[in-house]
Amino acid sequence: MVMTRDEKLAKINAHQERVNLIFEKIDTLRLMEKVLTLDNNKILEYIKESGLKGRGGAGFPTYLKWKLAADQKSDVKYVICNADEGEPGTFKDRKILEEQAEKVFTGMAICAKVIGASLGYIYLRGEYNFLVPLLVTKMNVFNDDMKKFGFNFTIDLRSGSGAYICGEETALIESMEGYRGEARNKPPYPAEKGYLGKPTVINNVETLVYCTMIVLNEGKKFKNFGTEISTGSKVFSVSGDADVEGIYELELGMTIQEFVDLFGDGDTKAVQVGGASGFCVPRKKFKETIIGFEGVPTGGSMMLFNSSRSMYHILMNYMEFMQEESCGQCTPCRVGCQQLVKGIQAIKHKKRPASYLDELVKLAKTMRVASKCGLGQSVANPFISIVENFREEIIY
Amino acid sequence: MSDNKQKMINVTIDNKTVSVPENTSILEATRSLGVYIPTLCHHEDLCVAGNCRVCLVEVKGSRTLQASCATPVAEGMEIFTNSRLVRTARKHVIELLLSEHRGECLRCSRNGNCELQALANEYRVDEGLFIDIHKEDQPDISSPAIQKDDSKCIRCQRCVRACTELQSVSALCVAHKGADMKITTFWDKALAYVVCTNCGQCVSHCPTGALTEKNYVEDVWDAIYDPTKHVVVQTAPAIRVSIGEEVGLGPGKRVTKKLVTALRRLGFDSVLDTDFTADLTIIEEGNELLQRLTKALRDNEDVALPMITSCSPGWIKFAEHEFNHSLNHLSTCKSPQQMFGPLAKTYYAEKIGVDPKDMVVVSIMPCTAKKFEAARPEMMSSGFRDVDYVLTTRELGLMIRQAGIDFEKLEDGEYDSILGKSTGAGAIFGTTGGVMEAALRTAYEIVTGREIPFDGLKITPVRGLDGIKEATLKIEGTLNKYNFLEGAELRVAIGHGLANARKIMKQVESGESPYHFIEIMACPGGCIGGGGQPIPTTNELRLQRANALYEEDEKMQYRKSHENPEIIEIYEDFLEKPLGHKSHELLHTSYVKREKN
Ligand SMILES: Cc1cc2nc3c(=O)[nH]c(=O)nc-3n(C[C@H](O)[C@H](O)[C@H](O)COP(=O)(O)O)c2cc1C
Ligand code: SF4
Repeated sequence: MVMTRDEKLAKINAHQERVNLIFEKIDTLRLMEKVLTLDNNKILEYIKESGLKGRGGAGFPTYLKWKLAADQKSDVKYVICNADEGEPGTFKDRKILEEQAEKVFTGMAICAKVIGASLGYIYLRGEYNFLVPLLVTKMNVFNDDMKKFGFNFTIDLRSGSGAYICGEETALIESMEGYRGEARNKPPYPAEKGYLGKPTVINNVETLVYCTMIVLNEGKKFKNFGTEISTGSKVFSVSGDADVEGIYELELGMTIQEFVDLFGDGDTKAVQVGGASGFCVPRKKFKETIIGFEGVPTGGSMMLFNSSRSMYHILMNYMEFMQEESCGQCTPCRVGCQQLVKGIQAIKHKKRPASYLDELVKLAKTMRVASKCGLGQSVANPFISIVENFREEIIY
Repeated sequence: MSDNKQKMINVTIDNKTVSVPENTSILEATRSLGVYIPTLCHHEDLCVAGNCRVCLVEVKGSRTLQASCATPVAEGMEIFTNSRLVRTARKHVIELLLSEHRGECLRCSRNGNCELQALANEYRVDEGLFIDIHKEDQPDISSPAIQKDDSKCIRCQRCVRACTELQSVSALCVAHKGADMKITTFWDKALAYVVCTNCGQCVSHCPTGALTEKNYVEDVWDAIYDPTKHVVVQTAPAIRVSIGEEVGLGPGKRVTKKLVTALRRLGFDSVLDTDFTADLTIIEEGNELLQRLTKALRDNEDVALPMITSCSPGWIKFAEHEFNHSLNHLSTCKSPQQMFGPLAKTYYAEKIGVDPKDMVVVSIMPCTAKKFEAARPEMMSSGFRDVDYVLTTRELGLMIRQAGIDFEKLEDGEYDSILGKSTGAGAIFGTTGGVMEAALRTAYEIVTGREIPFDGLKITPVRGLDGIKEATLKIEGTLNKYNFLEGAELRVAIGHGLANARKIMKQVESGESPYHFIEIMACPGGCIGGGGQPIPTTNELRLQRANALYEEDEKMQYRKSHENPEIIEIYEDFLEKPLGHKSHELLHTSYVKREKN
């Protein structure tokens, strides 16, 4: 069962070649030419049939989002590509933008055509500012091409300032509008009232590339991969105690065990799926846990931990991250994160009894349902999954 | 009403079905059913924030709880306001807020009137579930008017929204994130050094003791107890209809005469009335307006019109920061409080044979900005600080309670004289539109020799809570001296709340203002909604307080400032004539340019 690193790499590469959607070189201009002749409903049908769900983390069906925006009555609409990529352990959007910017732009243009937008923005993570020259150059060429096609759609770039919360779609809009990055109340959703109050589709970088590929393949191929609920493939960012690290496009629906067999160092005790807002899967659950919406969903971050790692420190690390990155506007998240940090410290230092951990789990459950946005709501994911599976390590 | 056409939505709340108009929030829908959901960040004056998460409810089929203030009803929604999940979440939220809060209730001026305290009480959080993480921030005491204590802040942002939406000042803002997120000023400067107008709307909208007025009660007690001091007190127009509310008699009660007795019982040596100087303001300001109109319309001189009222010190500081190229539009009249001070320390002091250095002038104001105004360096025209201490309605309420006075049982009292008698025109100064109404009553009569042609002197177009009110008055049958005004249409506007002031001033600045005379009050509703008034203040309460002032007006012997016998007397005896030499020395002022940040 145990493979050498070369055997693993060979298997991974074979898998990748079989899927090969995101990084496949295609002629985006020819595709756009064709897209402009397509009926919008046809395009929507492709997206619908593909079963594509958002790759930014929340997993909302892309077809529904586009349809909702398309149905809004408004002269002005926007498409935004979410390139904030702030989730700890993800770095795939960066590579996609570096290598496949045209396919991202094309995805935005397809969306623009479907919903009736003439402006698109790429909201780029502050730390990725080194990508700006490259992106601007390619963007200008793309914009010119669209003009040549007589298609009224222009893409522009906006830089974030490095706050994790600004990846949350409504905080992203606030940030783009020049305000503090704080999540808005939903409803209304961005597809109804987004940037500058206009219907706005916000999609992750990877989602947009899949849209490009789905339209290219006329709704086919993508659905050949994955499962009923989690169709298609996904780009994973693999890090931690991994034998093989990096960025890989793999089918959804594999078990954590299969994943660990391919990427782990043979001593994996836990995998954190989905970064600081994701779930920790302990070794005993590797076999039964599916990577996908029916099991553990992920925006792509896969962090492997071997037995040398202290789960207490890992948990503290995530909680401190959340404590710092919460926008701070709502009570459960702002104060809850601080209490979780202080609470596990107090238990560790015997200032509070072990039973206090149960209170903290209850608090985390409240944060899941009471916080205003996905950030606070997801703090419970790492907290509960780590505490419940590694209780001893947390307490002693 | 167009309401009939409004689409109705059916929802069930705790298993009871109701039909409410589209776009109603869950919170509003539940209140119409008599179900009470607690709130903290919600305030009817302000936009919806949905950040405190106290008003959460369960909506069937929803993955998370919903903030009822921020969630509109949808057809067929099943809402549960009191489920296990809701109660646990709500209790957690309250516990979390308390863990972050310096819980020194016994040492807090909002003890007994704190929304967080009330919730803590309701949810019996005595055991203290979470670790105390409150920060040891020291209060910002830089401002003479407003004190800010972050350690009591619950980050509901009501102050920020009041400062931005109602006042368009934006002195307060949110900074930093996560555990460090806090309400602060631009560059974290102390309040005294920013564009804060001291209006106190942040204080009035704060649910806890994080924002309070700077308290001068002990200084006033010291003055009262000092046998060498003669302590004079003046009461602003709006106090007589709000102090009753502050001491528990309910809103909109006229208690002028009990107020006088209470002040005597507290030990003030002279109990006088800012309403008197409100009347005086009308005489001076009315004449100033006529002088400007004469110069502009008869003599074709270059003079700043519209003229704008200057009684509201929050408005004045706002103008000094934001519209400092248009300060010549402001009337040069001091506010009634600051007219009173120098008159007390010159004319009145001489009358009663008190050395002005031994006189202490205290004013009871609905306002926090008055504290700043009294401390302005130029407000020393008596040779001393004209007004020594300013107390808000709330601070006076505190003194009354401290003195063990049962306010309701007090017998009636009368103001001392002179500087004690007033008219209905002075009384209505306390509400938006009141200064305008009082000024028109007098100015119209000066110009035409006749009473203003409104039934019962009620100039209804300038009344009410609309943010900006306009009126046009045709002037006919002028006296000889004013025949250049014959047939003219006097155009006036009234704005309250600085956001409305900004709109009016944008027009003035661009030279497009169509008005001759504008009244501006910093606070929504005018002084009855001032930052020193009882908390809470809502539109319903503003209306009740305003109506009480209009009632006061109607019940007065005199209703026009120029008919006030003491006003006639003080001109004969001391001031000689409006806009005269003495007036300029004591009753008029100038303004300073301030920076925009
Ligand atoms: C705290 C937080 C951070 C997020 N950061 C990102 C991000 O960096 N990139 C991203 O695509 N989506 C991010 N999201 C998800 C977005 O809100 C949104 O769901 C997503 O951009 C939608 O695109 P998709 O449907 O293509 O996934 C974040 C959500 C939360 C709550
Ligand atoms: S959940 Fe956290 S990040 Fe989201 S709105 Fe609340 S405080 Fe801000």
